[in-house]
Amino acid sequence: MFGLAALGLLKPLAALAAWNKEAFGAKTADAALKGIGISGAAPTRDVLIEAPEIAENGAVVPIEITSNVPGTTSIAVIADKNPFPLVAQFQFQDGAVPFVKLNIKMGETSEVRAIAQAGGKSYVATKEIKVTIGGCGG
Amino acid sequence: MAGPMKMRATWANGFTDVRVLMTHPMETGQRKDPDGNLVPMHFIQTITVQLNGKTVVDCQVSQGVSRNPVFSFRIKGGARGDKITVAWQDNKGDSNSLDAAVA
Repeated sequence: MFGLAALGLLKPLAALAAWNKEAFGAKTADAALKGIGISGAAPTRDVLIEAPEIAENGAVVPIEITSNVPGTTSIAVIADKNPFPLVAQFQFQDGAVPFVKLNIKMGETSEVRAIAQAGGKSYVATKEIKVTIGGCGG
Repeated sequence: MAGPMKMRATWANGFTDVRVLMTHPMETGQRKDPDGNLVPMHFIQTITVQLNGKTVVDCQVSQGVSRNPVFSFRIKGGARGDKITVAWQDNKGDSNSLDAAVA
């Protein structure tokens, strides 16, 4: 058990106590992933992203994410081409279903990744969303 | 001066569905006002969802969440009359929270 803790299993919990400045300030998706302690997420069909293929208004892009990976404890949302790619990270506990629906901003057409963590491993689903009017300039 | 919130929590078939709206500008720091000055970053950073006082979802978010954020969450269990609390805090230290009874 202590071995698992040392390998970083407990790190995401600790990181969530305060806003993760490093990860949210990262300007690339890879740096953002590193900031939340994720590397080498395995592609999966068990994480579902429901979102429009074409978003007319990048200021409000509705996204619904469900993880069917057993034991999912967190879901992170990354819009690769946003100035700050990490949009959100959700930690689920005590009965919360690893599901979330939210509206995100997208500056341009981009891949959106949903990364679920379960049992010390990470799983990623990716979906491209085309944006016709960007939403970062307000 | 935190903006108002709205929340609806409903129970059906063993699950409690929570839908919450927060009034917030979620400024990215990249938008310019009519005079051409950048509007400083101002956005919600953390959100917690509690069922009867116990945290079930802990969220960290960025300025990449749309203005006046709306979130849906789902909790296995809960019952009609249970208390759902959602609280947020932004990068300027402003905060707000709202309780709702599960219907």
